[in-house]
Amino acid sequence: MALRMWASSTANALKLSSSASKSHLLPAFSISRCFSSVLEGLKYANSHEWVKHEGSVATIGISDHAQDHLGEVVFVELPEEKSSVTKEKNFGAVESVKATSEIISPISGEVIEVNTKLADSPGLINSSPYEDGWMIKVKPSNPAELESLMGPKEYTKFCEEEDAAH
Amino acid sequence: MSISRAPLMNLVRLKGTPILEQLHLEERLLRASTDNWCIVNDGTNVPTIVMGMSGKPSQLLEVGPVIKDRIPVIKRFTGGGTVIVDKSTLFVSLICNKDDVPSVQPYPRSVMAWSGSLYGEVFEGVDGFQLRENDYVFGDRKFGGNAQSIIRNRWIHHTSFLWDYNVRNMAYLKLPSKVPQYRLERDHTEFVCRMKDYIERSDFVEKTVKAVGNQFAMKEVNLEDIDSYAKGEHVKSTRLLTMEELQEAMASTAQSA
Repeated sequence: MALRMWASSTANALKLSSSASKSHLLPAFSISRCFSSVLEGLKYANSHEWVKHEGSVATIGISDHAQDHLGEVVFVELPEEKSSVTKEKNFGAVESVKATSEIISPISGEVIEVNTKLADSPGLINSSPYEDGWMIKVKPSNPAELESLMGPKEYTKFCEEEDAAH
Repeated sequence: MSISRAPLMNLVRLKGTPILEQLHLEERLLRASTDNWCIVNDGTNVPTIVMGMSGKPSQLLEVGPVIKDRIPVIKRFTGGGTVIVDKSTLFVSLICNKDDVPSVQPYPRSVMAWSGSLYGEVFEGVDGFQLRENDYVFGDRKFGGNAQSIIRNRWIHHTSFLWDYNVRNMAYLKLPSKVPQYRLERDHTEFVCRMKDYIERSDFVEKTVKAVGNQFAMKEVNLEDIDSYAKGEHVKSTRLLTMEELQEAMASTAQSA
Protein backbone atom coordinates (compact mmCIF):
# COMPACT_ATOMS: atom_id res chain seq x y z
CA MET A 1 0.00 0.00 0.00
CA ALA A 2 2.82 2.39 0.89
CA LEU A 3 4.62 1.76 -2.42
CA ARG A 4 1.42 2.27 -4.41
CA MET A 5 0.83 5.54 -2.57
CA TRP A 6 4.41 6.68 -3.25
CA ALA A 7 3.93 5.90 -6.91
CA SER A 8 0.57 7.65 -6.96
CA SER A 9 2.03 10.69 -5.25
CA THR A 10 4.96 10.76 -7.63
CA ALA A 11 2.66 10.42 -10.62
CA ASN A 12 0.56 13.29 -9.36
CA ALA A 13 3.63 15.41 -8.83
CA LEU A 14 5.00 14.65 -12.27
CA LYS A 15 1.67 15.49 -13.83
CA LEU A 16 1.67 18.78 -11.96
CA SER A 17 5.25 19.60 -12.88
CA SER A 18 4.63 19.13 -16.58
CA SER A 19 2.00 21.87 -16.75
CA ALA A 20 4.38 24.83 -16.83
CA SER A 21 1.64 27.26 -17.91
CA LYS A 22 -0.13 26.63 -14.64
CA SER A 23 3.00 27.02 -12.58
CA HIS A 24 1.31 29.44 -10.19
CA LEU A 25 -0.88 26.54 -9.07
CA LEU A 26 1.88 24.01 -8.80
CA PRO A 27 3.88 24.04 -5.63
CA ALA A 28 6.86 21.73 -5.43
CA PHE A 29 6.48 18.58 -3.46
CA SER A 30 8.64 16.46 -1.28
CA ILE A 31 8.40 12.82 -0.42
CA SER A 32 8.70 11.95 3.19
CA ARG A 33 10.35 8.78 4.31
CA CYS A 34 6.91 7.51 5.24
CA PHE A 35 6.07 7.45 1.50
CA SER A 36 3.30 10.03 1.71
CA SER A 37 3.71 13.23 -0.25
CA VAL A 38 3.83 16.57 1.49
CA LEU A 39 3.45 19.63 -0.71
CA GLU A 40 5.49 22.77 -0.34
CA GLY A 41 3.54 25.97 -0.03
CA LEU A 42 0.85 24.49 2.19
CA LYS A 43 0.35 24.61 5.94
CA TYR A 44 -0.58 21.54 7.92
CA ALA A 45 -2.49 20.79 11.12
CA ASN A 46 -1.52 18.03 13.55
CA SER A 47 -4.89 16.47 12.72
CA HIS A 48 -3.60 16.05 9.12
CA GLU A 49 -5.59 18.70 7.26
CA TRP A 50 -3.81 21.07 4.87
CA VAL A 51 -4.51 24.70 4.04
CA LYS A 52 -3.58 26.58 0.88
CA HIS A 53 -3.90 30.30 1.54
CA GLU A 54 -4.22 32.46 -1.55
CA GLY A 55 -5.28 36.03 -1.00
CA SER A 56 -8.60 36.07 0.84
CA VAL A 57 -9.35 32.41 0.23
CA ALA A 58 -8.07 29.35 2.07
CA THR A 59 -8.62 25.91 0.57
CA ILE A 60 -8.73 22.97 2.95
CA GLY A 61 -8.34 19.23 2.46
CA ILE A 62 -6.70 16.25 4.11
CA SER A 63 -3.12 15.22 3.52
CA ASP A 64 -1.77 12.29 1.57
CA HIS A 65 -0.66 10.76 4.88
CA ALA A 66 -4.21 10.97 6.19
CA GLN A 67 -5.89 9.51 3.13
CA ASP A 68 -3.39 6.68 3.05
CA HIS A 69 -4.08 5.79 6.67
CA LEU A 70 -7.83 6.12 6.29
CA GLY A 71 -8.15 3.76 3.36
CA GLU A 72 -10.65 3.98 0.53
CA VAL A 73 -13.00 6.89 1.18
CA VAL A 74 -16.57 5.98 0.29
CA PHE A 75 -18.50 8.97 1.62
CA VAL A 76 -17.81 12.55 2.60
CA GLU A 77 -19.98 14.79 4.74
CA LEU A 78 -19.23 18.50 4.29
CA PRO A 79 -20.74 21.72 5.64
CA GLU A 80 -22.95 24.00 3.61
CA GLU A 81 -21.81 27.19 1.95
CA LYS A 82 -22.14 30.25 4.18
CA SER A 83 -21.76 28.14 7.31
CA SER A 84 -18.85 28.87 9.57
CA VAL A 85 -15.92 26.71 10.59
CA THR A 86 -13.86 27.10 13.74
CA LYS A 87 -10.19 26.28 14.24
CA GLU A 88 -9.73 22.86 15.85
CA LYS A 89 -13.45 22.02 15.65
CA ASN A 90 -14.79 19.40 13.27
CA PHE A 91 -16.54 20.54 10.12
CA GLY A 92 -17.33 17.23 8.49
CA ALA A 93 -16.51 13.57 8.26
CA VAL A 94 -15.25 10.96 5.86
CA GLU A 95 -16.25 7.33 5.83
CA SER A 96 -13.68 4.65 5.03
CA VAL A 97 -13.23 1.03 6.03
CA LYS A 98 -16.46 1.07 8.06
CA ALA A 99 -15.37 4.09 10.07
CA THR A 100 -16.49 7.68 10.18
CA SER A 101 -13.56 9.99 10.86
CA GLU A 102 -13.93 13.64 11.75
CA ILE A 103 -12.32 16.36 9.71
CA ILE A 104 -11.04 19.19 11.87
CA SER A 105 -10.80 22.73 10.57
CA PRO A 106 -7.28 24.17 10.77
CA ILE A 107 -8.63 27.74 10.69
CA SER A 108 -11.78 29.72 11.41
CA GLY A 109 -13.89 31.42 8.80
CA GLU A 110 -16.87 31.32 6.48
CA VAL A 111 -17.34 28.50 3.99
CA ILE A 112 -17.55 30.08 0.54
CA GLU A 113 -17.37 26.96 -1.60
CA VAL A 114 -17.76 23.23 -1.12
CA ASN A 115 -16.31 20.60 -3.45
CA THR A 116 -19.53 19.08 -4.76
CA LYS A 117 -17.61 16.53 -6.88
CA LEU A 118 -16.89 14.61 -3.68
CA ALA A 119 -20.55 13.60 -3.39
CA ASP A 120 -20.29 11.34 -6.43
CA SER A 121 -16.52 10.79 -6.35
CA PRO A 122 -15.35 10.54 -2.74
CA GLY A 123 -12.32 8.60 -3.97
CA LEU A 124 -10.82 11.85 -5.26
CA ILE A 125 -9.63 12.32 -1.70
CA ASN A 126 -7.50 9.21 -2.11
CA SER A 127 -6.33 9.76 -5.67
CA SER A 128 -5.78 13.51 -5.49
CA PRO A 129 -5.70 14.70 -1.88
CA TYR A 130 -4.08 18.06 -2.66
CA GLU A 131 -5.91 18.90 -5.87
CA ASP A 132 -9.19 17.40 -6.99
CA GLY A 133 -9.83 16.09 -3.48
CA TRP A 134 -10.01 19.56 -1.89
CA MET A 135 -12.94 19.83 0.50
CA ILE A 136 -13.91 23.40 1.29
CA LYS A 137 -12.84 26.94 0.53
CA VAL A 138 -13.01 29.35 3.42
CA LYS A 139 -12.76 33.10 3.89
CA PRO A 140 -10.49 33.19 6.96
CA SER A 141 -11.77 35.28 9.84
CA ASN A 142 -8.36 35.36 11.51
CA PRO A 143 -5.45 34.82 9.09
CA ALA A 144 -3.03 34.85 12.03
CA GLU A 145 -4.25 31.33 12.83
CA LEU A 146 -2.23 30.08 9.87
CA GLU A 147 0.98 30.96 11.68
CA SER A 148 0.41 28.26 14.29
CA LEU A 149 0.17 25.54 11.62
CA MET A 150 3.12 23.42 10.51
CA GLY A 151 5.16 23.96 7.39
CA PRO A 152 6.00 21.03 5.10
CA LYS A 153 9.27 20.04 6.79
CA GLU A 154 7.78 20.17 10.25
CA TYR A 155 4.72 18.21 9.11
CA THR A 156 6.86 15.57 7.41
CA LYS A 157 8.76 15.05 10.66
CA PHE A 158 5.48 14.98 12.60
CA CYS A 159 4.12 12.18 10.37
CA GLU A 160 7.32 10.17 10.66
CA GLU A 161 7.34 10.47 14.44
CA GLU A 162 3.67 9.56 14.67
CA ASP A 163 4.14 6.44 12.56
CA ALA A 164 7.31 5.45 14.39
CA ALA A 165 5.53 5.66 17.73
CA HIS A 166 3.09 2.89 16.77
CA MET B 1 10.79 2.54 40.24
CA SER B 2 7.48 3.47 38.57
CA ILE B 3 4.78 0.90 37.94
CA SER B 4 2.57 1.65 34.98
CA ARG B 5 -1.05 1.00 35.74
CA ALA B 6 -3.51 -0.23 33.23
CA PRO B 7 -5.91 2.50 32.11
CA LEU B 8 -9.43 2.35 33.52
CA MET B 9 -12.32 0.94 31.47
CA ASN B 10 -15.90 1.42 32.66
CA LEU B 11 -18.09 -1.60 31.97
CA VAL B 12 -21.82 -1.18 31.41
CA ARG B 13 -23.91 -4.32 31.15
CA LEU B 14 -27.30 -3.97 29.49
CA LYS B 15 -29.97 -6.52 28.71
CA GLY B 16 -32.59 -6.05 26.05
CA THR B 17 -31.95 -2.31 25.80
CA PRO B 18 -33.46 -0.90 22.60
CA ILE B 19 -30.69 -0.49 20.04
CA LEU B 20 -31.60 3.17 19.45
CA GLU B 21 -31.11 3.84 23.14
CA GLN B 22 -27.82 1.93 23.11
CA LEU B 23 -26.53 3.92 20.14
CA HIS B 24 -27.59 7.22 21.70
CA LEU B 25 -25.72 6.21 24.84
CA GLU B 26 -22.61 5.29 22.85
CA GLU B 27 -22.60 8.52 20.88
CA ARG B 28 -22.99 10.46 24.10
CA LEU B 29 -20.16 8.60 25.82
CA LEU B 30 -17.89 8.97 22.80
CA ARG B 31 -18.44 12.71 22.46
CA ALA B 32 -19.16 13.92 26.00
CA SER B 33 -17.10 11.64 28.24
CA THR B 34 -13.36 11.37 28.65
CA ASP B 35 -13.40 7.82 30.02
CA ASN B 36 -12.97 4.48 28.33
CA TRP B 37 -16.14 2.37 28.06
CA CYS B 38 -17.08 -1.20 27.34
CA ILE B 39 -20.81 -1.64 26.74
CA VAL B 40 -22.34 -5.08 26.46
CA ASN B 41 -26.02 -5.32 25.49
CA ASP B 42 -27.53 -8.76 25.64
CA GLY B 43 -30.11 -8.50 22.87
CA THR B 44 -32.37 -5.66 21.80
CA ASN B 45 -36.13 -5.52 22.30
CA VAL B 46 -37.58 -5.58 18.77
CA PRO B 47 -36.18 -6.39 15.33
CA THR B 48 -34.59 -3.20 14.05
CA ILE B 49 -32.63 -2.27 10.95
CA VAL B 50 -29.48 -0.25 11.59
CA MET B 51 -27.70 1.50 8.70
CA GLY B 52 -24.32 3.20 8.73
CA MET B 53 -23.78 6.94 8.42
CA SER B 54 -23.93 6.98 4.64
CA GLY B 55 -26.63 4.37 4.20
CA LYS B 56 -29.42 5.01 1.70
CA PRO B 57 -32.61 3.03 2.38
CA SER B 58 -33.55 2.85 -1.31
CA GLN B 59 -30.26 1.07 -2.05
CA LEU B 60 -29.97 -1.11 1.03
CA LEU B 61 -33.49 -2.10 2.02
CA GLU B 62 -36.58 -3.77 0.59
CA VAL B 63 -38.46 -0.66 1.62
CA GLY B 64 -41.95 -1.89 0.81
CA PRO B 65 -41.89 -4.80 3.28
CA VAL B 66 -40.03 -2.66 5.83
CA ILE B 67 -42.86 -0.12 5.75
CA LYS B 68 -45.59 -2.75 5.65
CA ASP B 69 -44.18 -4.62 8.64
CA ARG B 70 -43.29 -1.38 10.45
CA ILE B 71 -39.67 -2.32 11.04
CA PRO B 72 -37.82 0.59 12.66
CA VAL B 73 -34.84 1.88 10.64
CA ILE B 74 -31.99 3.69 12.35
CA LYS B 75 -29.10 5.61 10.85
CA ARG B 76 -26.17 5.37 13.26
CA PHE B 77 -23.20 7.66 13.79
CA THR B 78 -20.57 5.11 12.76
CA GLY B 79 -19.64 3.91 9.29
CA GLY B 80 -20.14 0.47 7.85
CA GLY B 81 -23.04 -1.50 6.51
CA THR B 82 -26.60 -2.48 7.33
CA VAL B 83 -27.73 -5.06 9.84
CA ILE B 84 -31.03 -6.25 11.21
CA VAL B 85 -30.78 -6.91 14.91
CA ASP B 86 -33.14 -8.49 17.43
CA LYS B 87 -33.30 -10.11 20.84
CA SER B 88 -30.78 -12.74 19.91
CA THR B 89 -28.10 -10.28 18.80
CA LEU B 90 -25.23 -9.59 21.19
CA PHE B 91 -23.66 -6.14 21.15
CA VAL B 92 -20.19 -5.20 22.36
CA SER B 93 -18.91 -1.65 22.07
CA LEU B 94 -15.50 -0.31 23.02
CA ILE B 95 -14.89 3.41 23.41
CA CYS B 96 -11.26 4.37 24.01
CA ASN B 97 -9.05 7.38 24.43
CA LYS B 98 -6.33 7.01 21.83
CA ASP B 99 -3.68 7.74 24.46
CA ASP B 100 -4.87 4.79 26.57
CA VAL B 101 -4.23 2.41 23.68
CA PRO B 102 -0.90 3.81 22.53
CA SER B 103 -0.10 0.93 20.18
CA VAL B 104 -3.18 1.81 18.10
CA GLN B 105 -3.20 4.70 15.66
CA PRO B 106 -6.60 6.44 15.44
CA TYR B 107 -7.27 5.11 11.97
CA PRO B 108 -9.77 2.42 10.94
CA ARG B 109 -7.40 -0.41 10.04
CA SER B 110 -5.27 0.05 13.13
CA VAL B 111 -8.32 -0.02 15.42
CA MET B 112 -9.68 -3.04 13.59
CA ALA B 113 -6.37 -4.91 13.93
CA TRP B 114 -6.43 -4.25 17.67
CA SER B 115 -10.00 -5.43 18.07
CA GLY B 116 -9.32 -8.46 15.90
CA SER B 117 -6.51 -9.41 18.22
CA LEU B 118 -8.73 -8.88 21.28
CA TYR B 119 -11.45 -11.13 19.92
CA GLY B 120 -8.77 -13.60 18.91
CA GLU B 121 -8.29 -14.10 22.66
CA VAL B 122 -12.04 -14.52 23.16
CA PHE B 123 -12.31 -17.16 20.47
CA GLU B 124 -9.08 -18.95 21.24
CA GLY B 125 -9.68 -22.62 20.61
CA VAL B 126 -12.66 -21.96 18.37
CA ASP B 127 -11.87 -23.21 14.91
CA GLY B 128 -11.73 -20.81 12.04
CA PHE B 129 -12.12 -17.46 13.84
CA GLN B 130 -10.48 -14.55 12.11
CA LEU B 131 -10.91 -10.94 11.16
CA ARG B 132 -11.46 -11.14 7.43
CA GLU B 133 -11.76 -7.97 5.37
CA ASN B 134 -13.16 -6.13 8.41
CA ASP B 135 -15.68 -8.83 9.38
CA TYR B 136 -15.48 -11.39 12.16
CA VAL B 137 -15.86 -14.82 10.58
CA PHE B 138 -15.68 -18.49 11.29
CA GLY B 139 -14.09 -19.79 8.13
CA ASP B 140 -15.77 -17.84 5.36
CA ARG B 141 -19.01 -17.10 7.20
CA LYS B 142 -19.59 -13.80 8.90
CA PHE B 143 -20.99 -13.71 12.41
CA GLY B 144 -20.01 -10.23 13.54
CA GLY B 145 -20.34 -6.86 11.82
CA ASN B 146 -18.12 -3.97 12.89
CA ALA B 147 -18.27 -0.24 12.65
CA GLN B 148 -16.26 2.63 14.02
CA SER B 149 -16.22 6.33 14.59
CA ILE B 150 -13.00 8.22 15.15
CA ILE B 151 -12.98 11.71 16.62
CA ARG B 152 -10.08 13.87 17.64
CA ASN B 153 -8.66 11.89 20.54
CA ARG B 154 -11.09 9.01 20.90
CA TRP B 155 -12.67 6.25 18.93
CA ILE B 156 -15.42 3.68 19.18
CA HIS B 157 -15.40 0.20 17.75
CA HIS B 158 -18.72 -1.57 18.05
CA THR B 159 -19.90 -4.94 16.92
CA SER B 160 -23.20 -6.70 16.51
CA PHE B 161 -22.74 -10.43 16.94
CA LEU B 162 -25.17 -12.76 15.21
CA TRP B 163 -25.82 -15.14 18.03
CA ASP B 164 -28.86 -16.36 16.17
CA TYR B 165 -31.06 -14.84 13.52
CA ASN B 166 -34.43 -15.18 11.87
CA VAL B 167 -34.00 -15.98 8.19
CA ARG B 168 -37.19 -14.06 7.40
CA ASN B 169 -35.62 -10.86 8.76
CA MET B 170 -32.76 -11.12 6.31
CA ALA B 171 -35.30 -10.64 3.53
CA TYR B 172 -35.65 -6.95 4.51
CA LEU B 173 -32.07 -6.32 3.40
CA LYS B 174 -30.92 -6.01 -0.19
CA LEU B 175 -27.59 -7.35 -1.31
CA PRO B 176 -25.36 -4.29 -0.92
CA SER B 177 -23.50 -2.94 -3.95
CA LYS B 178 -20.20 -3.05 -2.08
CA VAL B 179 -19.42 -6.42 -0.58
CA PRO B 180 -16.19 -7.94 0.71
CA GLN B 181 -14.36 -10.05 -1.84
CA TYR B 182 -14.66 -13.19 0.22
CA ARG B 183 -18.45 -12.98 0.08
CA LEU B 184 -18.35 -13.96 -3.61
CA GLU B 185 -21.99 -13.89 -4.71
CA ARG B 186 -23.54 -15.55 -1.72
CA ASP B 187 -26.86 -14.31 -0.44
CA HIS B 188 -27.34 -13.48 3.25
CA THR B 189 -28.20 -16.98 4.42
CA GLU B 190 -25.17 -18.49 2.69
CA PHE B 191 -22.85 -15.73 3.88
CA VAL B 192 -23.59 -15.50 7.61
CA CYS B 193 -23.54 -18.05 10.40
CA ARG B 194 -24.89 -18.31 13.92
CA MET B 195 -22.45 -17.72 16.76
CA LYS B 196 -24.44 -20.08 19.00
CA ASP B 197 -23.08 -22.97 16.95
CA TYR B 198 -19.57 -22.11 18.13
CA ILE B 199 -19.66 -20.79 21.71
CA GLU B 200 -21.99 -20.52 24.70
CA ARG B 201 -23.58 -17.08 25.11
CA SER B 202 -22.47 -16.48 28.69
CA ASP B 203 -19.05 -17.87 27.87
CA PHE B 204 -18.64 -15.33 25.07
CA VAL B 205 -19.64 -12.40 27.29
CA GLU B 206 -17.33 -13.38 30.14
CA LYS B 207 -14.40 -14.13 27.86
CA THR B 208 -14.88 -10.75 26.18
CA VAL B 209 -14.90 -8.95 29.51
CA LYS B 210 -11.80 -10.92 30.52
CA ALA B 211 -9.98 -10.08 27.26
CA VAL B 212 -10.72 -6.38 27.74
CA GLY B 213 -9.65 -6.75 31.37
CA ASN B 214 -6.24 -7.98 30.17
CA GLN B 215 -5.56 -4.48 28.86
CA PHE B 216 -7.62 -2.29 31.17
CA ALA B 217 -8.61 -2.05 34.81
CA MET B 218 -12.35 -2.77 34.68
CA LYS B 219 -14.96 -0.99 36.76
CA GLU B 220 -18.66 -1.77 36.53
CA VAL B 221 -20.88 1.26 36.14
CA ASN B 222 -24.67 1.26 36.35
CA LEU B 223 -26.65 2.93 33.62
CA GLU B 224 -28.34 5.14 36.23
CA ASP B 225 -24.96 6.68 37.08
CA ILE B 226 -23.98 7.64 33.51
CA ASP B 227 -24.99 11.30 33.88
CA SER B 228 -22.04 11.97 36.16
CA TYR B 229 -19.64 10.72 33.47
CA ALA B 230 -21.01 12.51 30.42
CA LYS B 231 -21.99 16.11 30.80
CA GLY B 232 -22.76 18.91 28.38
CA GLU B 233 -24.17 19.14 24.91
CA HIS B 234 -22.87 17.02 22.08
CA VAL B 235 -23.58 16.33 18.43
CA LYS B 236 -26.35 13.78 18.10
CA SER B 237 -26.38 12.18 14.69
CA THR B 238 -27.93 8.78 15.41
CA ARG B 239 -31.63 8.86 14.58
CA LEU B 240 -34.70 6.91 13.63
CA LEU B 241 -35.75 7.43 10.04
CA THR B 242 -39.23 8.87 9.64
CA MET B 243 -42.05 7.22 7.75
CA GLU B 244 -41.82 10.07 5.24
CA GLU B 245 -38.19 9.30 4.55
CA LEU B 246 -38.95 5.63 4.02
CA GLN B 247 -41.85 6.45 1.70
CA GLU B 248 -39.63 8.79 -0.29
CA ALA B 249 -37.07 5.98 -0.54
CA MET B 250 -39.77 3.64 -1.81
CA ALA B 251 -40.87 6.21 -4.36
CA SER B 252 -37.34 6.72 -5.62
CA THR B 253 -36.86 2.95 -5.90
CA ALA B 254 -40.04 2.72 -7.97
CA GLN B 255 -38.91 5.58 -10.24
CA SER B 256 -35.56 4.02 -10.97
CA ALA B 257 -37.07 0.56 -11.61
